[in-house]
Amino acid sequence: MNSLTSLLGWVDERFPLTKLWKEHLSEYYAPKNFNFWYFFGSLALLALVIQIVSGIFLAMNYKPDAGLAFYSVEYIMRDVEWGWLIRYIHSTGASMFFAVIYLHMFRGLIYGSYRKPRELVWIFGMLIYLALMAESFMGYLLPWGQLSYWGAQVIVNLFSAIPFIGPDLSLWIRGDYVISDATLNRFFAFHVVAVPLVLIGLVVAHIIALHEVGSNNPDGIEIKKHKDPKTGLPLDGIPFHPYYTVKDIVGVIVFLMVFSAILFFKPDMGGYFLEYANFVPADTMQTPQHIGALWYFNPFYAILRATPPMFGSPLPGVIAMGAAVMVFFFLPWLDRGAVKSIRYRGTIYKVAVGLFVISFISLGILGAQVPNPLYTILSQIFGVIYFAFFLLMPWYTKIDKCKPVPERVTG
Amino acid sequence: MKKILFLVSLLASTMAFASSDLHLDKAPTNLSDQQSLQRGAKTFVNYCLSCHSAQAMRYNRLQDIGLTEQQIKDNLIFTDAKVGDTMTNSMSKKDAKVWFGASPPDLSVIARFRGVDWLYTYLRGFYRDETRPTGWNNVAFDKVGMPHVLNELQGEQVLHVEKHGEHETQKLVLAKPGKMTPVEYDGMVADLVNYLDYMGEPAKTKRMTLGIYVLLFLAIFFVPAYYLKKEYWKDIH
Repeated sequence: MNSLTSLLGWVDERFPLTKLWKEHLSEYYAPKNFNFWYFFGSLALLALVIQIVSGIFLAMNYKPDAGLAFYSVEYIMRDVEWGWLIRYIHSTGASMFFAVIYLHMFRGLIYGSYRKPRELVWIFGMLIYLALMAESFMGYLLPWGQLSYWGAQVIVNLFSAIPFIGPDLSLWIRGDYVISDATLNRFFAFHVVAVPLVLIGLVVAHIIALHEVGSNNPDGIEIKKHKDPKTGLPLDGIPFHPYYTVKDIVGVIVFLMVFSAILFFKPDMGGYFLEYANFVPADTMQTPQHIGALWYFNPFYAILRATPPMFGSPLPGVIAMGAAVMVFFFLPWLDRGAVKSIRYRGTIYKVAVGLFVISFISLGILGAQVPNPLYTILSQIFGVIYFAFFLLMPWYTKIDKCKPVPERVTG
Repeated sequence: MKKILFLVSLLASTMAFASSDLHLDKAPTNLSDQQSLQRGAKTFVNYCLSCHSAQAMRYNRLQDIGLTEQQIKDNLIFTDAKVGDTMTNSMSKKDAKVWFGASPPDLSVIARFRGVDWLYTYLRGFYRDETRPTGWNNVAFDKVGMPHVLNELQGEQVLHVEKHGEHETQKLVLAKPGKMTPVEYDGMVADLVNYLDYMGEPAKTKRMTLGIYVLLFLAIFFVPAYYLKKEYWKDIH
């Protein structure tokens, strides 16, 4: 026995290292038919690591102070060794994280990955998404540009639309009557400590829950139903390591190529990843002409703007926007389909998903525009389709004519 | 306004734009042209830096554009600033607000906010307007607080409004020539805008060069990764 093995033995007697490795990697049996859509789970984990590591280096040089914040970012961009690279990794990484998360969620949607027994996997995932929204929103204030400031002003003001507790609640969030130095400091604390801790905890829960029930697959069938009688291993399963680790490396390289192409050649993405108006320091006396949301919030922003106010209060819009996010939580119980995967669903479901995708993307585009009456009507139409997709789901998934599901996974 | 000496515009590109939306002229900038950046830097410290600041930009960073520290000290620093200092100025924000109605913005990242085309159009868009306190207005920035600082170079332009039925076209016409011909002036502004673009993100050229190597590395890395995956998966059907 060589010394490395004996060291491992020493550790294993005190900490389940080999057991964890086996349970989660070398003996975690995943379906062998994962396709393109299954890259985004591991890529989301990679995106989280990229954000945490680049964030640590940014925090070493950033100053969370209303008087210093804006130029401390420029200091990072100019005077810190490789500071521009670290900052662009973090800013591009934020957008890439959301892109990956949306694709990951879409995968769950079309293959029914949220269905029994994976409801908790889905709910943990949705909680991660909520934490990510909070993380992004608070991080966006930190550069202390005009849009940072006024975007935060608009969003925090939305809380004051809540009856009775609203005004006090928004005051409590800001720590001041307007967005100010106090707000910047607490948002910094949340952005670098509180929310990342929550995120990591939720990611661990997401993965533990997933490995408890096993991964779904593009056929939406359970590989645990057909086990080898001798070994007790799923016939259609392969160990995650090495099969999916080597496969995911290929995905990681392609992801990093897209990431680098943006980071090195168009880090502002024409104003979508870094907005032009945010290159003006926050000015408390001057509201920018157009306050937009970041691209990944635009579908919800469009719903907020398109919902008519009631008695002069924006409350209905706030409720609609909140509902547009929260409704995802209920997917496992809204879906009454006989099958999980879109491959074996009928026409009605496929049309419904198609309409949902069209309205989600259209709302995203509309949310980026300066509002006008036509856009508002379009946003309302797409908003109704958006909600109809979820609220009519119990009905249309039930009457939909599904195809027979194969016993074993297909190619 | 009535003292129009009607000199038909010699401007290489006449600025014509609809009354509602402004047509921006394409700025002929090139970040790899160090000569142009150096000329732009000279114009910048001579004409802009007396009122504006660039507090994120250090003088010695100009070594990026092919200058030595000594050249920077001798030719570009007019204050008692050290070569490692940032480009600040001594005008107080309060005074500036009284004089111009608004304090001149810091120009460190102005090109990232406005874009080079806007700056190119703006710096060539000043015209005489006696209704304004400074006597100047601008086609790109109506009721601008800044007077036409480059007036001695460009001369004086006036705004001609032509009505075509419903449409209204505005044209800038050079009424009184300055020290430079319009072509020279446009070239000078192009250099200045080029410099502002560089100053907005000094690492821009470097990041693009580095990006090519990073992408090449990843492309090469892709090949063994792809075949490794194939090798491992050949028994999985």
